[in-house]
Amino acid sequence: MAFRDGPLENLKVPLIWTAGLTVLAVLAVSVFLLLGQRRDDPDSQNAIRGAGDQVSGGVGGVLAAPVRWVGAASDYIGDYFFAVSENRRLKEQVAELQAVADANIALQNINSRYESMLGIRVEPPVPTQTARSISESRGPFARSRLIDVGTGQGVRIGNPVINEHGLVGRVVGTSPRVSRVLLVTDVSSRIPVLIDRTDARAMLTGDGSGNPRLEYVRGTDSVEVGDRVLTSGDGGGIPRGVPIGVVARGIDGSWRVKLFSDRGAIDFVKVLRFEDFGQLVDPETLNAPPLAALGTAPVPPAPEAPAPATPSPATQAQPGGEGE
Amino acid sequence: MRRPVAVRVVGPLQWIVYPSLLAILATLVLATPVTLFGLSLPEPIIPMVLAFAWPLIRPSITAPLALLALGLFLDLLFYTPLGLWSLSLICIYAAILVSRNFLMGQETRVLFVWYTVASLGAFFLAYVIVTIVAGRAPSLLALLGQIVPTLLIFPLADRLIQRFDDGDVRFR
Repeated sequence: MAFRDGPLENLKVPLIWTAGLTVLAVLAVSVFLLLGQRRDDPDSQNAIRGAGDQVSGGVGGVLAAPVRWVGAASDYIGDYFFAVSENRRLKEQVAELQAVADANIALQNINSRYESMLGIRVEPPVPTQTARSISESRGPFARSRLIDVGTGQGVRIGNPVINEHGLVGRVVGTSPRVSRVLLVTDVSSRIPVLIDRTDARAMLTGDGSGNPRLEYVRGTDSVEVGDRVLTSGDGGGIPRGVPIGVVARGIDGSWRVKLFSDRGAIDFVKVLRFEDFGQLVDPETLNAPPLAALGTAPVPPAPEAPAPATPSPATQAQPGGEGE
Repeated sequence: MRRPVAVRVVGPLQWIVYPSLLAILATLVLATPVTLFGLSLPEPIIPMVLAFAWPLIRPSITAPLALLALGLFLDLLFYTPLGLWSLSLICIYAAILVSRNFLMGQETRVLFVWYTVASLGAFFLAYVIVTIVAGRAPSLLALLGQIVPTLLIFPLADRLIQRFDDGDVRFR
């Protein structure tokens, strides 16, 4: 017996009811998705987001080609009309930077001598990976970018991303060929920074606007308008000394940072394949001698007692050595 | 003998699927990281137009499902919490569906007021959710920068309603 011939043959549900039921179902699915996210585990949705990034990165890259051409044309027109003033400005800038470059060479020389004299362990050189920005999200709720390099090129979650002016953000999602970069302006971005002039520590927190806030500033009068802000390297996520921007006062009176990375278009970026010392050290080396020998080294003899020829087994036991 | 009357059948393909694909296409194009004469491209939430227009055109089962898909697409593209935009869009749809009897046949200015109210409600919901998830309230100025372009694309919703409202003679 077909369904149409059954007792429900004449049952007609108003369309608005079925639409309403569908709305309730979609509402439930949306709420479930929102509540199902684990804030303490950002990798929980990496597979879904990675697949989405892979698709939207590929499609968006193709669809955006005509827009890029229009953008290049507008840049060409701008360069044509402002070439003279730009040339004057650049000449002045080159003259100023020549003195800075000479001072920089002298300082590098002195610094390397100090490092060798003091035996300081300097940070190892950081390999980089150049990438092109494919897609951008610039709304108040999320500020991120897709770049066209992924795990296939050695990019990992947590890698800092810079352009020629300063810090752009850090990688928060990866797939084989596309990665997601969370910008420093995103509402969930937190970057430990320092003020170059006073070495005061602070936290750079994004709020979805173009200029992130400077919060938890240590010390009094440690920040002034125009101070340079660099990464502090605290926490080990980002190397120390990456330029970020200059301090400014927001219209709400709070300290904000004008980003260096906004000085030009963020079309090409560099991913710093940075790993802090904690990650670079092989865990096995921590258990190797001489640290591992702490549990087996003989106890120094008491000054009054005569020193035994060979240490007894009782004297070889060390506190904490039983658990090893 | 009566002459046969051409019956125009407007299926979900015409008023749901094609507009959805166009919304996805426009969102992807506007997400291009280029600056035109020093200005970034705007980032309106284009599917809000559909969430407002669809319940006024006709109640449907397909439309909420399409809004769910569009919301998930926005979440994946913009890196917002999964479910954020689908919830906001479906809230607009539900509100307009409930008040459909009051809005049917109203003039464009009245519809724009309702579109503004519904969009502001959806943005407020998204604002609250992001504040809870991120532990910090997003900038109101940045929020305004997304609300304004979203309101400016209301003519698309009006065009969609006029094009498909009462377009299928079977629903007269």
